[in-house]
Amino acid sequence: MRIDTDQWGEIMDSLTRNKARTFLTAFGIFWGVFMLMILMGGGQGLQLALGKTFAGFASNSGFIMADQTSEPYAGFQTGRRWKLQLDDMEHIKNLVPEIDIIAPLTFGSNANVTYQDKKSNRASIKTYTEDYGQVEQVPILEGRLLNEADNNQRRKVCIIGKRIKADLFPDSISPVGKFIKVDGVQYQVVGVNNKDRGGLSIGGQADRTIYLPYRTLITIYNRHSDVDLMTYTVKEGYTVSQVQDKVADVLKRIHKIHPDDTKAVQKINAEAIFQMIDSLFKGISILVWMIGLGTLIAGAIGVSNIMMVTVRERTSEIGIRRAIGATPTDILVQTMSESLVLTLAAGLTGICCAVGVLAILENNAGYPFTDTNFQVPFWTAMGAAFLLSILGVLAGTGPTLRAMSIKPVDAMREE
Amino acid sequence: MIHLRNIHKTYNNGAALHVLKGIDLDIAPGEFVAIMGASGSGKSTLLNILGILDNYDEGEYTLDGTLIKDLSENKGAYYRNRLIGFVFQSFNLISFKDAQENVALPLFYQGIGRKKRNQLALEYLDKVGLKDWAHHYPNEMSGGQKQRVAIARALITQPSIILADEPTGALDSKTTIEVMELLRELHRQGMTIVMVTHENDVAHCAEKIVHIKDGQIENIELVNDTNK
Repeated sequence: MRIDTDQWGEIMDSLTRNKARTFLTAFGIFWGVFMLMILMGGGQGLQLALGKTFAGFASNSGFIMADQTSEPYAGFQTGRRWKLQLDDMEHIKNLVPEIDIIAPLTFGSNANVTYQDKKSNRASIKTYTEDYGQVEQVPILEGRLLNEADNNQRRKVCIIGKRIKADLFPDSISPVGKFIKVDGVQYQVVGVNNKDRGGLSIGGQADRTIYLPYRTLITIYNRHSDVDLMTYTVKEGYTVSQVQDKVADVLKRIHKIHPDDTKAVQKINAEAIFQMIDSLFKGISILVWMIGLGTLIAGAIGVSNIMMVTVRERTSEIGIRRAIGATPTDILVQTMSESLVLTLAAGLTGICCAVGVLAILENNAGYPFTDTNFQVPFWTAMGAAFLLSILGVLAGTGPTLRAMSIKPVDAMREE
Repeated sequence: MIHLRNIHKTYNNGAALHVLKGIDLDIAPGEFVAIMGASGSGKSTLLNILGILDNYDEGEYTLDGTLIKDLSENKGAYYRNRLIGFVFQSFNLISFKDAQENVALPLFYQGIGRKKRNQLALEYLDKVGLKDWAHHYPNEMSGGQKQRVAIARALITQPSIILADEPTGALDSKTTIEVMELLRELHRQGMTIVMVTHENDVAHCAEKIVHIKDGQIENIELVNDTNK
């Protein structure tokens, strides 16, 4: 093996002898790598953006709501309105052992919030309990979360969203400990929710939501022991789809609803939605690899074909080289290096261009892709470069074998 | 320098073709030998065997004290590079390299550095009178010039023998004389030269003419010095 500036010169010589052909061949590889990288980065960005949207929600959770009945039953007419009650949860917890956590969620009506002369319009009001915190995590920017003592003692304390904080406390003083007025009632702010708007949230944008202890809310808003939305998670080893029908059956028995009534108990299976999104991304990922690798392999076959033609054209030249002392190894190195140089140069250009495009995408993407990461990781790029080298070698194998099989005496006759 | 003992060669392209039927030939160092024969007589096959471009089936071939038999591709390439200088009918220069690069190429395969290679190449181009043409490409040169470049390339490795396959076959009469004069000059300097030709005039530049017919040596003719 002799790889020096001359060897390099030889490679460049033969690659630049037919520039248009070399360029078109290289473009195949370039486009394959470029597409693979762009698709991978784009897919990743999409996945991260969606992941962020669902961040904080337990992936094994389900929700239950009450709706009008659709069957007459036990002397009740169709279309009866009924409400979930706090007691129901105790019953369900006892009767459905697969349930891990069960938590109530009740909403107040949208309200204007004031602090001294500052005002924030149309805030959503919803309840918070320690159990609910395990279904929907509330990240705390400052202060603390609401706890059982707040709930049991019906304290008038609350957690406010970031936007509300910005409206009421624009001078960047901490709202923690301050008293705000919601619907004419004073509450002490104990914490600020760090969640941004845009993510999945129940009952209104997270940055415009005020959390109150459950008992505080139902007392002040006179909701008795109503539950608007029952949220639960299942124990490890069970799925929400297995459990949700059992929960519905229990509720139907308690509230005298026809067992076959499909409308009265509304079930939302968050787990199934998470799984669907998950498999969607697995599908996208497989597609990305198929398209990217397919294009790349097509490019490599192109390189192989062109090299085959080149070797054919150069039969006599290779023969001359063999006659004046080139060993088969010399020919191997020469042909293989050409394939490798072409593949790697085109491929690395593709990676660089893709990285550039992804960087532009990352910096200019709007909602919901703000703060997501489109860029391919360093090691993915390295992996792609490694893959390219293998492809280069594979593409060069056929032509190289042909070149090596050229006998000097065959070449002489070629003229 | 060259000892051939009972060389046989058969080609098997469908039907077996017995091309060489027992060639015995000795060529001493410094001799200038021409091989003549009709088409299909086996003279090109003989030259290919002498040049280690082809194998033989039977017999023994010794070149400069080395037995050349059943060599691997690498060994073959090694001996071709060190022991033999080739001159071909169609010059066989590499078209995208200039004269100097063409002449230097055998040294590239010896692993000699570029500077030394190019300097030697220039020296040998000077010997064949083409120093000023060092950076011209083959398509910018006449046939005679191309053949002189090819001869410089053959000489640069300081081989034991020069093998010339119809060196004047593609040349006009004027350049033929030029090239033959160059070969004779090499001969006078002590180079062993074996040349295949079918031209009588050209053959008579050599000291000895080996006539081949139907794969066997018909006779060996000694050329008078007065003819030279």
